[in-house]
Amino acid sequence: MGILGSYRMRLIRKRLRIRAYGKGFQLRPAVDRTAQLQAQDILLFAVLRNDNLRLPHFLQYYRDLGVSHFLLVDNGSTDGSAEYLATQPDVSLWRTMGSYRKARCGVDWLNYIKGRYGHGHWCVTVDADELLVYPFCDTRPLRALTDWLESCSVRAFSAMLLDMYAKAPRDDASYVRGQNPIDTACWFDSGNYTVSHNPLYNNLWIQGGPRARTQFADKPEQAPALNKIPLVKWHRKYAYVSSTHMLLPRGLNLAYGAWDGDKASGVLLHAGLPGATTLADGADQSTAITDGSAGEAQPWCRWSEKYVNWRQLELLGLMSKGNWA
Amino acid sequence: MTFGVVMLVHTAFDRAEQAARHWSAFGCPIVVHVDRCVDRKTRDAFARAVSDLPNLSFSRRYRSEWGTWGIVAATQYAAEQMLARHPEVNHVFLASGACLPLRPVSELAAYLAARPETDFIESVTTADVPWTVGGLQEERFTLRFPFPWKRRRALFDRYVALQRRLGVKRKIPNGIVPHMGSQWWCLTRRTLSAILRDPSRARYDRYFRRVWVPDESYFQTLVRRHAIQLESRSLTLSKFDRRGRPHVFYDDHLPLLRRSECFVARKIWRHSDQLYAAFPIHRPTGQVAREPNPGQIDRALAKAVETQAPINPALHMRSRYLWHSDDTQMTAAPYSVFQGFSDLFENFEAWLTRATEARVHGHLFAPDRAHFTSGQTSSDGALSDSATLRDYNPHAFLQNLIWNTRGQHQCFQFGPADNQSINWQVAKDPNARISVITGAWAIPLFQSADDFGTLRKRAARFQKIESEHLKVLGSSWTKARIRIWTLADFVATPMEPLLTILNDIGSTSPRGLSEVPRMADLDGFGAFLQKLKNEGMHPYLVGDFPVEPMPLEEDDARRERPYLVG
Repeated sequence: MGILGSYRMRLIRKRLRIRAYGKGFQLRPAVDRTAQLQAQDILLFAVLRNDNLRLPHFLQYYRDLGVSHFLLVDNGSTDGSAEYLATQPDVSLWRTMGSYRKARCGVDWLNYIKGRYGHGHWCVTVDADELLVYPFCDTRPLRALTDWLESCSVRAFSAMLLDMYAKAPRDDASYVRGQNPIDTACWFDSGNYTVSHNPLYNNLWIQGGPRARTQFADKPEQAPALNKIPLVKWHRKYAYVSSTHMLLPRGLNLAYGAWDGDKASGVLLHAGLPGATTLADGADQSTAITDGSAGEAQPWCRWSEKYVNWRQLELLGLMSKGNWA
Repeated sequence: MTFGVVMLVHTAFDRAEQAARHWSAFGCPIVVHVDRCVDRKTRDAFARAVSDLPNLSFSRRYRSEWGTWGIVAATQYAAEQMLARHPEVNHVFLASGACLPLRPVSELAAYLAARPETDFIESVTTADVPWTVGGLQEERFTLRFPFPWKRRRALFDRYVALQRRLGVKRKIPNGIVPHMGSQWWCLTRRTLSAILRDPSRARYDRYFRRVWVPDESYFQTLVRRHAIQLESRSLTLSKFDRRGRPHVFYDDHLPLLRRSECFVARKIWRHSDQLYAAFPIHRPTGQVAREPNPGQIDRALAKAVETQAPINPALHMRSRYLWHSDDTQMTAAPYSVFQGFSDLFENFEAWLTRATEARVHGHLFAPDRAHFTSGQTSSDGALSDSATLRDYNPHAFLQNLIWNTRGQHQCFQFGPADNQSINWQVAKDPNARISVITGAWAIPLFQSADDFGTLRKRAARFQKIESEHLKVLGSSWTKARIRIWTLADFVATPMEPLLTILNDIGSTSPRGLSEVPRMADLDGFGAFLQKLKNEGMHPYLVGDFPVEPMPLEEDDARRERPYLVG
């Protein structure tokens, strides 16, 4: 990519920043506790919609990893999410009735908030049904990872989205608020992913898994992208391009080993619960698994793997501890 | 007689204070150097926190950026201060704020007291160390490095390149041979003062000022001039990964550190509360202390590094994609591809399964679906048999199949009717063992009841596809192990090639080879080929197949098919 190409990327990034600024006007602060932010804090950003059922576990999971503050956008929830979040001491909440789709699946809103509060922080950007697993996450807090990444002069950490499902759909229905969704949705596909390289943004493009297998078998090119970069040492000039699949400037997308060896990477356990994802905006949360709904093929098969821990995922080649020991 | 500690601190002052208290509790004098970059407020707070420690003093502050002279200057000054102020000190121990004593300080003191003349400093010649940061070895000593690597990387690299191009070489001062080693040492008063009072010190300092990472070479080199008894090892456990960054220890390293019996370890992650609580260990008096044994940690960490270095193609990682290189197209384990065998032999798959321990699939790249072994509709790793999914990225399909079933040799059938888009990648794959019977596609055509015009067209198409494939297999980029027979040659002597392919797979069944596969009935096949020729389609890939059945030898005349006894 020559000077012109790089300049074009710069313009795209500028446009995204401006767009984020514009969409920022849709956000109304509901609970603002950003005065609590400390320079060293690890922050979490997410857009929510009727996720009340899974919020308690979600917040607790990331608190345990060492996230200090949650900066959340509530896109018109009607299930009491906002009221619940207002009672949480480490949550700042914005509300908007704007269109999720027109904000490009919430990316614009989060780009705006991150530009404002995320600068200089390590920022986790996930959905409410995604749980981050990284090397040694059972013994080392997130801060250990970010300290290490920083000592390696690495700014971004990639994680593959791993669709989790239950063995039978009724296991899903029995989810109790506060419970770990992975307790029931503990199965995943271990080895049917395809990887290709996107030369424009230099990111990897991973597809496959149960959704590709059961819902996109006849149109695999449309199967959802599973490559994500959820953890970034944010700078106000950065911008996510689409979901957390890729970023600008492009150097941030090189969160994988392109020249030698692996870079450390993680996995986002993605537990879609059919009961908890009734969305008004139609196909908005295209990421939710719709197993259990009528006519869908069951994702569970005899080759499904049962989730144990991150070491298992590493042995399967779904994540890597890279140089970290 | 005791030993003194020179502490270099630039961050994590709470932990530095904790370490200082461990040293001080035993009565070790401490000289602390606080990096010039640390702001006044932080420094003052630290000074207040340790103001109750009787033997602690602060030394002149230098700006100690990684890889530059500042660290050496700071060490020199602090060491001088230590020697001048504390005449009772016999050994000086260089430590950082991220160092943590693992064993009681008294044990270290006793260890040093028992070896009053010994200097503990890792000191090896450049040829013997594998450190690679920036890829500089000898050149550390022969080029000039005025720019800091961390802050001014581009300038650093360009200046190195420029010097290389101009062929600049610094002269190493007389009387020294460059040595390198861990920055963390423990030297005797005698050796240390000899280094600091060396009449040529000004000259050496001037030289090392422009050497890269002098803190790993200044004392390590000069100690060779003065030491009486030198142990080339560091008392501080400090490990580096393959990029030359120090390994950091976390709570989960606790058992490992405990077993290491090392005196001091670094770097400890500042938030490792468990480690800071557990060390230094309390050892009941009377229990025998052992020699430091960092070997175990070495092995554990080396294992972690090995699996990554430099590239282990047998491992598939989602966080690796070498898009600039062909090597990314590698599979994880050896596998076999058979072309034409299932056409020539009846139930070839079943026979191969019985004869070997391999898993034998049908035509994985068939147009209708992936024919997994024994008719499965999916395979390990939830790999689907859907042709659309497979053809979306056929090579990833193959890579996944081989990776998911690693540990068991995989075989599959291939032919001109299958998806040919993997041909190049398989041919370039050193793990592939490809066996081809050319022209065997004619046998199913011969057995087919279809109209001859259609068969003729199909034969022409298959022949074209197969000859393209053979061109790929014969190219100079091919790395696979390839065996090719024409159908005519194979039919003439089938046993030898069959044994060859079994050997290629390696894992023959423990029961041994008790049967050979049944060959298809080829009566009239020669005439069929002749008919094709008469129609203007020359099936040359079949080889020189006789029109009449081959004249068999007398004793074989009654056996129409090859058969192995025993």
